[in-house]
Amino acid sequence: MEMTVTEKILARACGRDQVQAGEFVNARLDLALANDITAPLAIKEFEAAGAGRVWDPERVVLVCDHFVPNKDIKSAEQAKFVRDFARRQGLTNFYDVGRMGIEHVILPEKGLVVPGDVVIGADSHTCTYGALGAFATGVGSTDLAAGMITGEVWLRVPETIRFNLEGTPGKYVTGKDYILYIIGQIGVDGALYSAMEFAGGAMRELSMDGRFTMCNMAIEAGAKNGIVEPDAVTEAYCRGRGRRQPVLQASDAGARYSQVIDIDAGGIEPQVAKPHLPSNAVPAGELAGLKVDQVVIGSCTNGRIEDLRMAAEVMKGRKASPDVRTVVIPGSQDVYRQAMHEGLIDIFIAAEAAVSTPTCGPCLGGHMGILAAGERAVSTTNRNFVGRMGHVDSEVYLTGPYVAAATAIAGFVAVPEDVL
Amino acid sequence: MIFEGTVFKFGRDVDTDVIIPARYLNTTDLQELAGHVMEDIDPGFVGKLKAGDIIVAEENFGCGSSREQAPVAIKAAGVACVVAASFARIFYRNAINIGLPIMVCPEAAREAESGDLLRVDLDRGEVINLTKQKVYQDDRFPGFMQEIVAAGGLMEKVKEKINRKPGPV
Ligand code: SF4
Repeated sequence: MEMTVTEKILARACGRDQVQAGEFVNARLDLALANDITAPLAIKEFEAAGAGRVWDPERVVLVCDHFVPNKDIKSAEQAKFVRDFARRQGLTNFYDVGRMGIEHVILPEKGLVVPGDVVIGADSHTCTYGALGAFATGVGSTDLAAGMITGEVWLRVPETIRFNLEGTPGKYVTGKDYILYIIGQIGVDGALYSAMEFAGGAMRELSMDGRFTMCNMAIEAGAKNGIVEPDAVTEAYCRGRGRRQPVLQASDAGARYSQVIDIDAGGIEPQVAKPHLPSNAVPAGELAGLKVDQVVIGSCTNGRIEDLRMAAEVMKGRKASPDVRTVVIPGSQDVYRQAMHEGLIDIFIAAEAAVSTPTCGPCLGGHMGILAAGERAVSTTNRNFVGRMGHVDSEVYLTGPYVAAATAIAGFVAVPEDVL
Repeated sequence: MIFEGTVFKFGRDVDTDVIIPARYLNTTDLQELAGHVMEDIDPGFVGKLKAGDIIVAEENFGCGSSREQAPVAIKAAGVACVVAASFARIFYRNAINIGLPIMVCPEAAREAESGDLLRVDLDRGEVINLTKQKVYQDDRFPGFMQEIVAAGGLMEKVKEKINRKPGPV
């Protein structure tokens, strides 16, 4: 029987020739991930269950990224708890201050995830790795604890919605604009329990960083996973990086989809998602002139090198509006360093932006740029829920790096053409 | 399992950031988490809640982050059960895994109002709105999930596995 790429990966992971959407399976894990706020609960459950060692110390990955460098005493205690566990267990993939980055940026970067993998992470944006042609999904701490012990996870094989993107995008249209547009069309539960498979000519043309951005936000449509069939772009990215042999799989021609949605990539304008749902996407032009207090460029959605290049392209030789606090946060140490070598950091500092060590920081209202009541931010992150970046009466508008950078310069919502 | 309690009604797309804001995630203390549940959507919620009360919501309850602190905080605050038109998938999994009773029942969820007295029978897949004197029937959990709930949560199942295997796991 013909299968989708998601079904093929899951079939292989449970040692079967075939699986079908709707079935429950126990899948073998290639990797299990947690961070400084989800690992503590998982570790407590792990220990309460009386488990001695994790199933594989090379495949349990812990990343302290949310509240580090420690923002207060409580988060310092939490990070220490995670660190102690990682040492006790001899985990080879524990990432802490100085070596860390945002989990979903560093796992692909370090070649820890390869095409064909099955990955669970106690973080909803674990779905990011689908960009590599892997099955990756977010779970809670209990699932993660069970995964750390057994090396397995129970899953319901999801139905797949296929999105065919064709056409040539406009100059400043990015993967972020594609995904905001799609979520705007189908809603925040438009892909509930499903796999979102992104395909078509425009996807083949999209860079790896753009694909990560799109799969990252699959959860914002309620999806279980986002996925892109691996191709030459994927292979080029994995070369010299992957520690394990990739398994490249594609959907069969006759695979069953619950829906097929055709999208004209050429018709999509730069998008902005208004508060308080990622589905409130409108063309940026509709919000032109809206005053902004803070711009954030970074996160697991748009904190990669290509994102910083886009922002720098707009900010080069210009200064951020004196009314805007601009915060740029590279997603990993490697991204930070690369940006430094390319002169991007210099461009940001000359533009009077604050540039920080990698951290989740303001994305979840943690630290490094919290909003006061009545303030408004334009941000390249993925969620604009009530209170997400600070006070319950603050607002977050989601965009890609081009619009965010243009907004920083203008002081109000703007597209690159407005400031270049 | 049967629960009877007063309804606290919420709309659609209630996200985990309002169920338990990220600013409180620097602790795993249950009572502290419970003290802030629903704070950003209904600041007086914890003060009004009595043990055994029931949260009712429309579509996509628990969307957003994977934080297990969301169902954990709801349970620790004394909520007996959550009935919704639909749940976001990670919240749904987490609730089952930690043993917070939940039920999908779209019609009951839409028609219930805050203050109604609700009776929820998980085994029969039945909701009775005692105030409105109306009975709603819906699907029970799939068998696979019932097994987890019956074992007392996912970790209980894992423990059974650990105990079956000789030596460390
Ligand atoms: S950057 Fe934001 S969305 Fe990504 S892992 Fe960190 S807190 Fe979560």
